[in-house]
Amino acid sequence: MLACISDEIRNKAWRGFVGRKWQEDINVREFIQSNYTMYDGDESFLEAPTDATNKLWGRLQELQKEERAKGGVLECETEIVSSLTSYGPGYIDESMKDLEQVVGLQTDKPLKRAFMPYGGIKMAEQAASTYGYQINPELHKIFTDYHKTHNQAVFDAYTPEMKKARHNHIITGLPDTYGRGRIVGDYRRVALYGLDYLIKMKEKDLFYCGGRNMSVEHIRLREEIAEQIRALKGMKQMAEIYGYDISEPAKNAKEAVQWLYFGYLAAIKTQNGAAMSVGRISTFLDIYINRDLEEGTLTEKEAQELIDHLVLKFRMVKFARIPSYNELFSGDPVWVTLEMAGIGMDGRHMVTKNDFRFLHTLENMGPSPEPNLTVLWSSRLPETFKKYAAHISVTTSSIQYENDCVMRPVWGDDYSICCCVSATQTGKEIQFFGARANLAKCLIYALNGGVDLNTGEQVGPEIAPVSGEYLDYDEVMHKFNAMMSWLVELYVNILNLIHYMHDKYYYEAAEMALIDTYTRRTFATGIAGFSHVVDSLSAIKYAKVKPIRDEKGLIVDYEIEGDFPRYGNDDERADEIAIWLLKAFMKKVREHHTYRDSEPTTSILTITSNVVYGKATGATPDGRKAKAPFAPGANPAYGAEKNGLLASLNSVAKLPYEYALDGISNTQTISPDALGHNDAERVDNLWHILDGYFDKGAHHLNVNVFGVEKLKDCMEHPEKPEYANFTIRVSGYAVKFIDLTREQQLDVIARTEHKTL
Amino acid sequence: MIKGRVHSLESFGSVDGPGIRYLIFLQGCPMRCRYCHNADTWDFKKGDEYTADELLDKAERYRSYWGDRGGITVSGGEPLMQIDFLVELFTKAKQRGINTCIDTSGQPFSKKEPFFSKFEQLCKLTDLFLVDIKHIDPDEHKKLTGHGNKNILELLEYLSQIEKPVWIRHVLVPGITDNDEYLTRTRSFIDTLKNVERVEVLPYHSMGEYKWQELGLEYTLKGTAPPDSDRIANAKAILKCS
Repeated sequence: MLACISDEIRNKAWRGFVGRKWQEDINVREFIQSNYTMYDGDESFLEAPTDATNKLWGRLQELQKEERAKGGVLECETEIVSSLTSYGPGYIDESMKDLEQVVGLQTDKPLKRAFMPYGGIKMAEQAASTYGYQINPELHKIFTDYHKTHNQAVFDAYTPEMKKARHNHIITGLPDTYGRGRIVGDYRRVALYGLDYLIKMKEKDLFYCGGRNMSVEHIRLREEIAEQIRALKGMKQMAEIYGYDISEPAKNAKEAVQWLYFGYLAAIKTQNGAAMSVGRISTFLDIYINRDLEEGTLTEKEAQELIDHLVLKFRMVKFARIPSYNELFSGDPVWVTLEMAGIGMDGRHMVTKNDFRFLHTLENMGPSPEPNLTVLWSSRLPETFKKYAAHISVTTSSIQYENDCVMRPVWGDDYSICCCVSATQTGKEIQFFGARANLAKCLIYALNGGVDLNTGEQVGPEIAPVSGEYLDYDEVMHKFNAMMSWLVELYVNILNLIHYMHDKYYYEAAEMALIDTYTRRTFATGIAGFSHVVDSLSAIKYAKVKPIRDEKGLIVDYEIEGDFPRYGNDDERADEIAIWLLKAFMKKVREHHTYRDSEPTTSILTITSNVVYGKATGATPDGRKAKAPFAPGANPAYGAEKNGLLASLNSVAKLPYEYALDGISNTQTISPDALGHNDAERVDNLWHILDGYFDKGAHHLNVNVFGVEKLKDCMEHPEKPEYANFTIRVSGYAVKFIDLTREQQLDVIARTEHKTL
Repeated sequence: MIKGRVHSLESFGSVDGPGIRYLIFLQGCPMRCRYCHNADTWDFKKGDEYTADELLDKAERYRSYWGDRGGITVSGGEPLMQIDFLVELFTKAKQRGINTCIDTSGQPFSKKEPFFSKFEQLCKLTDLFLVDIKHIDPDEHKKLTGHGNKNILELLEYLSQIEKPVWIRHVLVPGITDNDEYLTRTRSFIDTLKNVERVEVLPYHSMGEYKWQELGLEYTLKGTAPPDSDRIANAKAILKCS
């Protein structure tokens, strides 16, 4: 099947590359393992930005300022439906287009947001009209009368119970009004093989698919493969619009970067998923860059320029979103998540010079929330890299860390991170994104017999509410378990419905074209309000909690007598409740059928939705006030941490990753003075903290290094130029502080900040 | 088995010795420094009791964060006032391979028995001393802390003699220690010592003032502002902080 890759092409494009399996089948992992070069040195080889980079980045920053001045959106498309070929070529600035080493925009103009109706026509229209743009009424007619959209289909099929659960915010943030995302195409394949080979391989898959057995599944798969082939051909045309022929494999570093980016561009032109991650591309690209450097056809300065320009493109990705989406996921996140480092299955570390180059973009072009730079950490990584990464954290707070040593046994050494913390084997699997269930509200339902405090509606099953002057631990656990069982069943059913419809009405052909035809799937559920449930159960168990009822007899608040252990203090009594909660939830999820034979997983991750969910939830028995934000992700509750940073990290590290394969998110803000006297000390202490935390089996850490004073100043004076790109890491991703709502800003400020006096 | 009286514990100490350290603040102090930010550590009768093993078991929960240089630091209060307990704690710490550090004012130091033999033994078990020079002038020292500084300087000379690594700390207080002559004299003294690895300037702050109020004590430095950055830089230059 390699007839389309002639010897001539092979000798040119693959010259110097070794390995057999990747030349006979699509096997990017083997290509990487056979050809990458470990780098053990430090950052002294890195180069400053070129003139072209400075000019382009300068122009982009002007556009970003204009965008902010216009209320957050620079321009929305109103006439054209976004597709692979719907636009002519676009550049950051027409007069500077020759400066771009990597080309390709989602639309025809920088930061202009495409019209993407397939997820939901109402949403696509509202996203535009919120900013004063009216979608052409013809398009409204087409996508309402002639072509159904995903959102309409989902609501056609929703049961009244499902609608009630949504309406009462016990299950929220569902991908029923926006693209589900969480699919990382293996964009590297475009560079390594060229599109002709990829088309041939999909045609072969189609030929052999189904055979004599036209089952529903085979029929569907045949159609999907046909759509994928169509998308690959469309990708070729898309590249031709920019003057590139990507039929053949890339022959050098510049082509490798451009071909790879075209693969990603195809995804972001056709899908508006919440998370559109780009994946494990750093080590892959380093192989090409290294070859060029050795051949003398590329300098280090030019290599850095390629990476800078690629990153510039990632910083420009935009989607049109409705206001309720922006409340859940503030600051225009795209989750262009991109990984560095990690350890290979054979024990060699996978740090290359390109990992340094990607981190260096934060120095060459300042901090930025996108791409979502993620370091795959192991204490066995070379110290030079650990130090550089810690230095980048101390100076920019723009990167996050995840534990390669807990992920590698599960996912291998070629996984990508979808979104914030969710691992997926690149090109071999996809995820069905499931947002998260509000377990804090579930607990309140258990106490109040399934009645919602905000609406008064009977949402959960009519289990007898708790009685008695004080909350009894055994009674609460019994009812909570029952309420959780009901919630999980409903939640899984809702997700099954959503993903069926998404496959039907908003299929991700361009991304799936770059993933194995027989793909694995995970079913990614999630938990919100984690720490509050843990602390509430601990309060009921170890202290005395007196419920305060309103005139209708519903419990609206609590009086706590005595003290109780809280999650986040390395106290076994609270931490074992946390472990129990995660396991109990996951076990319940596993009891149910999940769509398309997907493997159920869960995450403890909320993004900025911790504020939204908190607003919709009443007071909890741990002392949290009604409508107050939840602590994000797996973070301990606000004010719970009384024994210092490391005690907090110890608590979170106990949560077993095996039960939360979709990720466990933890965000910590450390004042610079508490981290050390000077930057050298801070860097040293920070990487030691990471070593210790991950060696204990923890999964993830977002690190912010700055004081409350800076946050407060930024909140009051967002116009100061130093804050234009002031990035912080919020549960699961990085965001510009000035892009958050004031409420979210206050929430970040209130977060525990570890100080030593 | 001796028990120690402990004021508080901190899992993440990054500015109390090398690397990341587990901090044990012992209860009880004989000094009465006017700027003390831990006045609630003075009373010898307060605090919680722990055995050495209990404390080390707690500390070792954070061992994975220490790397090569981290470990435990015992501060307070004045740790040398519980020297018997300290010796036992550090003996066991060394058995467990833990790096040890003491943060002391030096006030209990004496060349007389029974203290001195115990101190000699303690030195064998201690990797680093953090010692405060509160004031170089003996009269000013008495006014500032309630005690003279003769034996404290002797302690530093002794540690120099046995070549034990020392970090010196000096709190910079406007109107009391923030004075070029005193700073120069302090540096001259330090120049006579062989073993000083580091000198740190700790700018005065009043964040501990509320504790004095809570204890019903009169805070005599009311209104004193922290030194500004020029003065801090000046002090660091004279004291030759690296």
